[in-house]
Amino acid sequence: MREIKILAIVLFFTAVTYWGVEPYAHSQMHPHVAPADFSFKDIEPLHVNGNIENGQVLVEANCIACHSIKTLGLEAPMSVEDAASAYGVVPPDLSHAGVIYDKNYLAGFLKDPVGATNLSHKFGDAKPYAMPSYSFLSEQEIADVVAYLKNIVATKASDKTVFEEACGRCHSMKYDGLKAQTPNAFIKSYLGAEAPDVSMMIRSKKAEYLSTFINEPTKMVEGIAMPRVGLTEASQDQVINYMESVGDRKKAERESLGLKLIGFMAIFTLIAYLWKVQIWKEVE
Amino acid sequence: MAEIRKSEGLIDWLDQRLAVKAFMRVMMTEYWIPKNINFLWAMGVVLVVLFGVLLVTGLLLLMYYKPDINLAFDSVNYTIMQEVEYGWLWRHMHGVAASATFLIIYIHLFTGIYYGSYKKGREMIWITGMVLFIAFSAEAFSGYMLPWGQMSYWAAQVITNLFSGIPVIGDDVVIWIRGDYVVADATLTRFFMLHVVLLPLVIIVVIAVHFYSLRFPHVNNQESEVLNFDMESKKFLEGRKKESKVVPFWPVFLSKDFFVVGFFMTVFFALVCYQFDFAMDPINFEPANSMKTPAHIYPEWYFLWNYEVLRGFFFDIGGMAAMDIGLIAFVIANIVFMVLPFLDRNPMNTAPAHKRPVFKYWFWLLVCDMIVLTVYGKLPPTGVNAWVGFVAAVVFLGLFIALPFITKHEAKGDAQ
Repeated sequence: MREIKILAIVLFFTAVTYWGVEPYAHSQMHPHVAPADFSFKDIEPLHVNGNIENGQVLVEANCIACHSIKTLGLEAPMSVEDAASAYGVVPPDLSHAGVIYDKNYLAGFLKDPVGATNLSHKFGDAKPYAMPSYSFLSEQEIADVVAYLKNIVATKASDKTVFEEACGRCHSMKYDGLKAQTPNAFIKSYLGAEAPDVSMMIRSKKAEYLSTFINEPTKMVEGIAMPRVGLTEASQDQVINYMESVGDRKKAERESLGLKLIGFMAIFTLIAYLWKVQIWKEVE
Repeated sequence: MAEIRKSEGLIDWLDQRLAVKAFMRVMMTEYWIPKNINFLWAMGVVLVVLFGVLLVTGLLLLMYYKPDINLAFDSVNYTIMQEVEYGWLWRHMHGVAASATFLIIYIHLFTGIYYGSYKKGREMIWITGMVLFIAFSAEAFSGYMLPWGQMSYWAAQVITNLFSGIPVIGDDVVIWIRGDYVVADATLTRFFMLHVVLLPLVIIVVIAVHFYSLRFPHVNNQESEVLNFDMESKKFLEGRKKESKVVPFWPVFLSKDFFVVGFFMTVFFALVCYQFDFAMDPINFEPANSMKTPAHIYPEWYFLWNYEVLRGFFFDIGGMAAMDIGLIAFVIANIVFMVLPFLDRNPMNTAPAHKRPVFKYWFWLLVCDMIVLTVYGKLPPTGVNAWVGFVAAVVFLGLFIALPFITKHEAKGDAQ
């Protein structure tokens, strides 16, 4: 039938145009990068098992002078304002650090924070990183600290908690009422760039981009101020889920209403078709 | 005054006061449409439906939108998208309908070109249609500004800056349009006014003129057959419906339109709920930031061919700056379709393109060239891309320069 042929031609040219301005243009403008890799290959893996009791001693002696561990009732020694002005950024709470960060990453971070976070373009001898290196500890002691941090995590952190601990020191999520712990002016002077509010990031960047970006920011944007935070795959999924739950809050409603709207229009179309056939029978 | 008698019912009561029966006859039941048309002729009604969708959803969005650079982004992305019940639906419908409107306009426009519907007394239909296209373009551009996202801001910056190419007064015109030295709050509020009041009014008026201009030369048909509408409609009214070559707008023609509209709206809602991102640039979900230029700045897909003509001329030719050549080409591209009826110099041939020996190549070349321009209008203009864009822009202009010669030549063939 002629109309089918015309429809096919219209659809063909529409599809070619769509392909050109969407998938093809995107593939040209955003060259492919390797997907997120949670093996942290550049960091030497831990090859000893840690001792929890010794880890506790080490953490109490070295870490809680700056860090809080709120689930153990250990509050930060300084107010956030004082910490931000002293260090440039508020030190993270360690309540879930042993679980949300990769074990080998944590060990690598303790030894060489700037190297592990991929921030050598921002920090060096001239501008030291707030977190000092603990490379003077032995491999065994590093493993002990990691084992202790892992051991203190009693329950699985919620998506929001993972976000707050891993991202909330710099990033706000204002559509969920979360304000970055460090004021943006401090972050700007500390890292050289303001940390954007991430309420809409799930829509502006999409989940696929975010998963690679969070895993390794410098892979996506050269020279970016954002550190590699070393999240495990599961925690990163929790962060992205949380971002989606805030930035695309109506997704479930959209997807269920979609079926009803399409169904309604399909039935309308069918009835309209039958009516058309009946009316045109008289004239054709 | 006519004599008013006791009415026999509501319709009669209205008929005595508003002549609704005569009105219905003229507008609907005795407005004659050729029988020999295909679904492409339903695109006008699809556009009317889409315009209705845009109007209604636009009014709903207007209740919550704040035309202020400090509030606009959050009023759209938080208040409307998250707090207002079904606000996301109105916004997605509005955004997708805007994009879909242009797709249908292009199909409508190419249908007109293919079947020669811009010729032989139908010039005013064509010209008012092109005026509508320009009005819709302005409407789309002013609306794209309103969410005050990154692309809204930078697109406005780039597009308003185009006017600086006007000789002598260009720079002042840019400031006059922006209401400020840069795109800022004054720009947003005036674009808001244009988008929600002035341009919709213009569009409604021009739609009315477009419909009115259809009434005398009548709608064209698939074979571009010249019909005697008086004779054919008489047959229909006498009951010789199968023999008559025309049908009334209501209910016969509209019954087919309802089916086409239903089919289209099914796809439309699938897009609204599952594939809205084709009509919403992700970069626009980042708030406008005048300190941070996006890596790639490009307009919405329906302006890409135009944009590529503008930037296709990327090197100076014969002492003329690339920017000036591009601007001239851009202005030509925006008005050249308007004068199409006068560029087609074959006075006899209003046949569909497939029956015209040379014109058919011209038509399909134009379609392909515009698609190439559209695709390359989005790609970064570097290396090979820049040259493809240049060639496609030259071909585009060349096609319109060649049209009078081609059709003149065709006319000679027809005369023999």
